[in-house]
Amino acid sequence: MQQIAYFIQKYKYFLFFVFLSAIALGLTINNNDFHKSKFISSANSITGGLYEKSTQLTEYLHLKSYNKELIDENTLLKNQLDLLKIRLDSATEVTVIDSLKYHQKYSYVAGRIIKNDYHKQNNFLLIDLGSNQGVLSEMAVMNSRGLIGITDQVNKKYARVQSILNSNSKINARLKNSFHFGTLVWNGKNYNKVQLIDIPRQANVQIGDTIITGGKSTIFPEGILIGTVQEINHNNALSEIDIKLFNDMSNIGYVYVVKNLDKSEIKSLENTENE
Amino acid sequence: MNKSLYVTFLFFSLLLLQVFVFNNILFLGYINPYIYIAFVIFNPLKEERFSFLFLSFLLGLFLDFFSDSGGINAFSLLFVAYIRLFLIRVIFKKTSLDYLLFNLRNEPFGKVFNFVIITIVIHHFLLFLIASFSFNNISSILFQTLYSSIFTAILFFLGTSLLRNKK
Repeated sequence: MQQIAYFIQKYKYFLFFVFLSAIALGLTINNNDFHKSKFISSANSITGGLYEKSTQLTEYLHLKSYNKELIDENTLLKNQLDLLKIRLDSATEVTVIDSLKYHQKYSYVAGRIIKNDYHKQNNFLLIDLGSNQGVLSEMAVMNSRGLIGITDQVNKKYARVQSILNSNSKINARLKNSFHFGTLVWNGKNYNKVQLIDIPRQANVQIGDTIITGGKSTIFPEGILIGTVQEINHNNALSEIDIKLFNDMSNIGYVYVVKNLDKSEIKSLENTENE
Repeated sequence: MNKSLYVTFLFFSLLLLQVFVFNNILFLGYINPYIYIAFVIFNPLKEERFSFLFLSFLLGLFLDFFSDSGGINAFSLLFVAYIRLFLIRVIFKKTSLDYLLFNLRNEPFGKVFNFVIITIVIHHFLLFLIASFSFNNISSILFQTLYSSIFTAILFFLGTSLLRNKK
């Protein structure tokens, strides 16, 4: 007994050090797991509030580029609207049911990024939308130029977004001109480039092809822009394709969170299939 | 100055500086100074080390809260806090009698330089190693350690010389 007391007395600092580092390492390992990262996240009221204050200060510096982005998107939407109007005019049938309302699958909420990371191995963003605005975990985040990430931690006012620049992100993506699909991952090297893996060999991929989201998950709508093919490595059985993102991940301000209105229906069907 | 007041001031000023200024520098896209390590370098030496170890852990943990990084800052800062006493014993040849009067300002610059550089390099290497959590891209970890260490060291010595001239 005395020996143990003496041992503890002699190595008390070392034991304290081991204890604290076990906590730190445990938190690190938990943070690498998508569903377990509960404790340490910036989506709490103190850090979120501080980040919001600092964003309010620096936001004015980026107003020019945000305006440009909005104008580009407005132009695109106006063109699409005109296209639809022409089609509606030429149709002679008058439909009584407002099909837009009844077949709407997704709804969008606009939010602002208050913290952005892109230089680490596992990057997270923080947005000023929370469960008060109806944002839940596992919802898609995008802007007019393409995909950004998936929400994971949500509290009342803020939500943490797991960026596509995160080595744990795996997103279903496909070619725009064919239906061959693969998985989008990030190797942690360049924040302008992500990698598409598991694409079948018979897929005819050319440099410059556009990659969009595949719509094979309940999170993302089909057809969100991702990027263009920059390099194709066919060195082994699994071909890896480098994709240059449309988004400049170091310069994003306002985003949309996509809510899937049919998510619970799809999930319940998938569950019955497994049984 | 009162020592506990000094430590509290150091703690919060370094936390806010790191989160809102130095984490946004990203020189050449990925090189950041991690200046909060000054907390370990400037903390007054004491025989009793529990509070110092715990505060270092806490500072790292708060930084992790802000940057969503699990516990990587907490672990690396705790580690250099733990080995600080060994480094001081080896580099400055101090015994436990000298702790009370020990002050980096009164030491020769060469020794202080060695001490600071060794602390910074060990801390940065651990930080990047745990952040990537594998030995697969060891070369990029080493390069990141090298560049960021140089950046941190330059900022650290510039900062200390500026603060010293005022007094």
